[in-house]
Amino acid sequence: MSESPPVFGLIDCNSFYASCERVFRPDLAKVPVVVLSNNDGCVIARSYDAKPFVRMGEPYFQIKDKLRRHGIVAFSSNYALYGDMSQRVMSVIESMVPAAEVYSIDESFADLRGVPNPEGLGRKIRAQVLRCTGIPVGVGIARTKTLAKLANHTAKRLQAQTGGVVDICDTFKRDWVLRNTDVSEVWGVGRRMKANLDAMGIKTAMDLAKADPWTLRKKFSVVIEKTARELAGTSCLELDEPNPPKQEICCSRAFGQRMTELPAIKEAVATYMMRASEKLRAQHSLCKKIRVSIRTGMFNPTEAQYANGVVVDLPYPTDDVRLLTKTATEAVERVFRPGYRYSKAEVMLLNLCQPGEYTDDLFASTQPTDSTKVMSVLDEINNRWGRGTLRVASVPSSPEWAMRRSLMSQSYTTKLDQLWRINCT
Amino acid sequence: MSYSILGPLAAGGVALPLCSFRVPAGFPSPAADHIEQQISLDEVLNIRAPHVYLASISGDSMQGAGIFDGDLAVVDRSIEAVHGHIVIALLNNEPLCKRLCLRGKDVILLSENPKYPPRYVMDGDELAIWGVITSSVRSHV
Repeated sequence: MSESPPVFGLIDCNSFYASCERVFRPDLAKVPVVVLSNNDGCVIARSYDAKPFVRMGEPYFQIKDKLRRHGIVAFSSNYALYGDMSQRVMSVIESMVPAAEVYSIDESFADLRGVPNPEGLGRKIRAQVLRCTGIPVGVGIARTKTLAKLANHTAKRLQAQTGGVVDICDTFKRDWVLRNTDVSEVWGVGRRMKANLDAMGIKTAMDLAKADPWTLRKKFSVVIEKTARELAGTSCLELDEPNPPKQEICCSRAFGQRMTELPAIKEAVATYMMRASEKLRAQHSLCKKIRVSIRTGMFNPTEAQYANGVVVDLPYPTDDVRLLTKTATEAVERVFRPGYRYSKAEVMLLNLCQPGEYTDDLFASTQPTDSTKVMSVLDEINNRWGRGTLRVASVPSSPEWAMRRSLMSQSYTTKLDQLWRINCT
Repeated sequence: MSYSILGPLAAGGVALPLCSFRVPAGFPSPAADHIEQQISLDEVLNIRAPHVYLASISGDSMQGAGIFDGDLAVVDRSIEAVHGHIVIALLNNEPLCKRLCLRGKDVILLSENPKYPPRYVMDGDELAIWGVITSSVRSHV
């Protein structure tokens, strides 16, 4: 079994957020749907039939009329729903393949090495996910992860001809796809890299597959070298390469409305710090420094503009939300200037380290052990009863500055009082 | 009515120890060797499975089948609907809770209440089965 060459599958949900909204709204099956970013700012997801009319990133306030004209329905992003549906999709996939790696909220890589008929399995996965969750997926199958991404892209592009499943393990098919795909569609090739490659005469994925890996490495990076090798069929990326713990953690959000008063801004900062510290503890890190910043809107010429931030050292490396919140709210007092209309706050945790990894002088204080215990109980309670069940007192339950989400659908799968209502009439 | 006692129930699929009382030093609990697994309603109703959903029922058309207004319905999307199943049907994209009846070539959506006539699925109607109702839960207080 270990002798057989690697085969990767990439299973990717089609227009995931829009598809989730449709599962419990069958009346929207043939109505184009878009999903908006936090604060209903701009379009972040479009159903297939909304794509011809709406671009990604278009600001909502500019396209309200257009949406109405084309009968397109807009939703605020409902991450509780998308998260739950994602888990369902991923567990169906995991039950059908030897090994899987959840790559993002709507994508999963699968290890299909040794599977007798990968394309057949791909079609079964597609049918089973659709049946169990109502979410349509595309499946790309190839010898490397990068090629599997490309196969998936092709499956989506040629949905009608492929039935949403494309296997390019065969070199003839692989080469056809490589020749017919622009290099900018390759996984990991961004806009800047596209310009660099263009200058070298590399236009298609095939050009990149044939480029000299060493030249690419010298000129650019080892990342693009690996991409080229993967396109040529040599697997360089394994399933589940562990992500190293993040070096910094950021939580920043725009307020639902402009804010002028310090106490409300302090509440927001405390809330963002609660979230940031949860992420910190989830990766088992401690932090030595924080940066807190606030700013006004930057694009409205009639408003006075101000932005400022401050970095604060902590007395010892810590993950204690109480100490972090106290430090952050004191920090925001120092940068707050009255008379401005603030639109956003940001909390960053810096200089992260693993416990036991940092060296300090013998007499430096360290985090008391009961702090660590309190934090683990806090996380346990919030995991079980829901985020925010137990929180520092400066974090309000329904703040005035909360996100604008006026078009939010119900939490159909995660809140008992918001379940899908079925009429028996 | 006859009933049998299933044992203690743990809500939310969370394991609660059956014996959590303090034991005097030197005197081991005679029950300690007899702790079996806990019973969980989540498992009985299988609501943690990725293909199972909860829905809330409103209306009285299924009361003959024991499904009343305000009940929780456990809906399984992985089951192939057959004659006799209570289903969530999408009739022309409208969700309905009905009993599925396949009689010869006819597809009929039946209510379980004489107030509501059977609905024959006609040519030109679009019917899809969203899921099969496997259980329903009612509160008696």
